[in-house]
Amino acid sequence: MAPKKVVLRFSADKADQPMIYKLVKDYDLVINILKANVNPQKEGTMVMDISGEKTEAGIEYLKSVGVGVQSLTEEIIQNEDKCVSCGSCTAICPTGALYIERPDMTVRFDSDRCVVCHLCLKACPMRAMEVRF
Amino acid sequence: MATERTFREINERIKQGKAVVITAEELVTMVRKKGVSYATSEVDVVTTGTFGPMCSSGAFLSLGHSKPRIKMHKVWLNGVPAYTGIAAVDAFIGATEVREDDPLNSDHPGEFRYGGGHVIQDLVAGKKINLRTTGYGTDCYPRREFETQIALDDINEAILFNPRNAYQNYSCAVNPSSKTIYTYMGVLKSNMQNAHYSTSGQLSPLLKDPWFKTIGIGTRIFLGGGVGYVAWNGTQHFPSFMKDEGGQDISPSGATLSVIGDLKKMSPRWLAGASMLGYGASLSVGLGIPIPILNEDVCRFAAAGDDELFAPIVDYSQAFPEREPDNLGHVSYAELKSGTIKINGREVTTAPMSSYPRAKEIAGLLKTWIQKGEFLLGEPVELLPNANAGISAHVL
Ligand code: SF4
Ligand code: SF4
Repeated sequence: MAPKKVVLRFSADKADQPMIYKLVKDYDLVINILKANVNPQKEGTMVMDISGEKTEAGIEYLKSVGVGVQSLTEEIIQNEDKCVSCGSCTAICPTGALYIERPDMTVRFDSDRCVVCHLCLKACPMRAMEVRF
Repeated sequence: MATERTFREINERIKQGKAVVITAEELVTMVRKKGVSYATSEVDVVTTGTFGPMCSSGAFLSLGHSKPRIKMHKVWLNGVPAYTGIAAVDAFIGATEVREDDPLNSDHPGEFRYGGGHVIQDLVAGKKINLRTTGYGTDCYPRREFETQIALDDINEAILFNPRNAYQNYSCAVNPSSKTIYTYMGVLKSNMQNAHYSTSGQLSPLLKDPWFKTIGIGTRIFLGGGVGYVAWNGTQHFPSFMKDEGGQDISPSGATLSVIGDLKKMSPRWLAGASMLGYGASLSVGLGIPIPILNEDVCRFAAAGDDELFAPIVDYSQAFPEREPDNLGHVSYAELKSGTIKINGREVTTAPMSSYPRAKEIAGLLKTWIQKGEFLLGEPVELLPNANAGISAHVL
């Protein structure tokens, strides 16, 4: 079975729970963590490939302990014709995928760090961040 | 002897292709390296720029007459209502107006996807706009309804007229409350997780001539990618200086401009519709002003760097909406641009609302126009009121 790509979102108090261990041990899943961003005071995010017979059951388990699970079939792109490099998305983006390059203050997008949380889509006044399926 | 120049002398040099023009950013560096006297003797004109959402903007459109004639009592442009309380086929499309069916904030935070600012951007982009109008019928204007597609080139006049642009200085907005708020200063996360600011600092036009020694009615400017003019002071023009606890001047603040220009010569790169989540629609305007270096005084003010210009930190969850006094302090544009500031000992991430790269591009374009002799300085027929004019705000 092809691995399923998901993004997990969890609050700071869940960050120290052995969730991944449980997925491997109790559900027999193969986990490949692609990105992880766990910030002690804020929300944590993790992008991973999951494969194994009990993938759906494992995802149900994660949801039951209060982890947000979203499958990653979409990606975010920055429409460079619309982006004016204002920067107002940069403090909203939780992972630093949208950031300001100093000293010239140009706004850059690093899709490798994007966890598809959608926060920038509406926060951008120019609607320059778009979803691609 | 200290250098003195007049507008006329500078314009002569521009016509001869001899004028020395640099951007405000370049002037900051030059003055730090070589001093004010040197820079004043070398430089004729300094260019500035700013690009950000400026709500008090809009355009007068003279739409032309249909056959038979209609006195346009209501007008909608791509569904956005325009103000028609002027002559029969004239309308004003305001940047913040939204479609009548816009859900506004009923599903908070509203998205305000398409408003007057977007209509203006579509017009300058050369796109066809749906014009729908109704009238009540008169003997000379019998028609009661009309609908057509128009483009900017099809209508008689289109005049951008922005009653309040180019705010001299602006607050650094924070949100100490426990929930996210949606403001015209962007999305402010709870517990002061971010701080948003909104001027181009050392490139910002009115921060560079804080005493209005050169800017006044008739000053020729870069506006929306074309040429515009300062028409008057802006609304809410309260030129003053922020003071520290000891009563010392910290930074200029509060002045504004009203500006005018031919919309047909402008471009969608420099007039861009904006949607402020949970707040409303707006228009991002590109504006740049050339400052003639008439003497050392003018040069000294124009050379203020990001570390010498300060913004007040304002609580947008409580102090701003309730009009309460605020004392979160001041912060320099150098600190704001660094990405983090300290507020009450805590590190807070900063982000701008106005585009520094675009501001710099405007200052660069204006510099090129002047160097090429395509843009002459407009000598004001009257300078704008400054901090000595004693203007203060009325409260409802
Ligand atoms: S908020 Fe939008 S326009 Fe501004 S820098 Fe971010 S993506 Fe670009
Ligand atoms: S969706 Fe936008 S805000 Fe979220 S991580 Fe990606 S770039 Fe950042």
